Amino acid sequence: MGLIDNINKLFDHRIRLGIMSILMVNEEVDFNRLKELLDVTDGNLASHTKTLEKAEYIKIEKSFIGKKPNTRYKATPGGKMAFKKHIEALEQLIKKQ
Amino acid sequence: MESKKYLEDISQIKDLMNRSSRFISLSGLSGILAGTYAIVGALVAYLYLIPQQESYVTLHSWNFRMIMGILVAVAILSLVTAYLLTSKKAKKNNEKVWDETTKRLLINFLIPLATGGIYILIKLNSQHYGLTASLMLIFYGLALVNASKYTIGKVRYLGYLQIVLGLICAAMPGYGFWFWVLGFGLLHIIYGSLIYFKEEKA
Repeated sequence: MGLIDNINKLFDHRIRLGIMSILMVNEEVDFNRLKELLDVTDGNLASHTKTLEKAEYIKIEKSFIGKKPNTRYKATPGGKMAFKKHIEALEQLIKKQ
Repeated sequence: MESKKYLEDISQIKDLMNRSSRFISLSGLSGILAGTYAIVGALVAYLYLIPQQESYVTLHSWNFRMIMGILVAVAILSLVTAYLLTSKKAKKNNEKVWDETTKRLLINFLIPLATGGIYILIKLNSQHYGLTASLMLIFYGLALVNASKYTIGKVRYLGYLQIVLGLICAAMPGYGFWFWVLGFGLLHIIYGSLIYFKEEKA
């Protein structure tokens, strides 16, 4: 049961897992790029990024390019740590079974 | 049952990481080759084209055109090499070369680079030759830093080094040629080798 404890509930969801995977290897990604890579709707993506922001795993930066709003996402150091732990836990669980 | 879900999670993580930042993985070998082209080009220029002391390269002279020709050839060869190595790799992994990542990478790389190139040409036209090498290094460095947002962080450090080298070069007039060789030749080869051996291990 010790192993299961390391599985992060926040990452136990396809879209949130995807957002973190992308932010682990890209310094900064904007909303449209995330949407395109993950193939999700606007509302869906916005609600999951908000959840990750609340946990302080990602940072959201809003700005304007001309009149268009532009939202960019970054993983925080804490978020990266948590995600690495989660991956390790996944690997451990797979090995165990 | 659970195990299958975790496996799916892991493969999704891998897939997204690759799709969103694939570009970095090509750059080892293309870095080494780009550095080699630059050094060969510089060698040719040094041996045959750079005038001895007391004489100058002027804008419409034969020497100047040849040097520009070499620069353009080095740049095109490097780009073609990078493109060929990427598409080879992409084919092997069944990926498209022209996806959003490559497009963004290229656009972000080209904006500072083209700005610098045009700026240098304008300066050359008004007989300001002195800072050419420094400006090339600085704008190339900025291009790398700008493009690095779309790759894993390492290209950024190559960019920083090129910028620093360009600034030192600006402070030491007369050594532009050597700084150019150091930046475009040596740094590329060192950077490329580091990435290449890291890839081999992975």
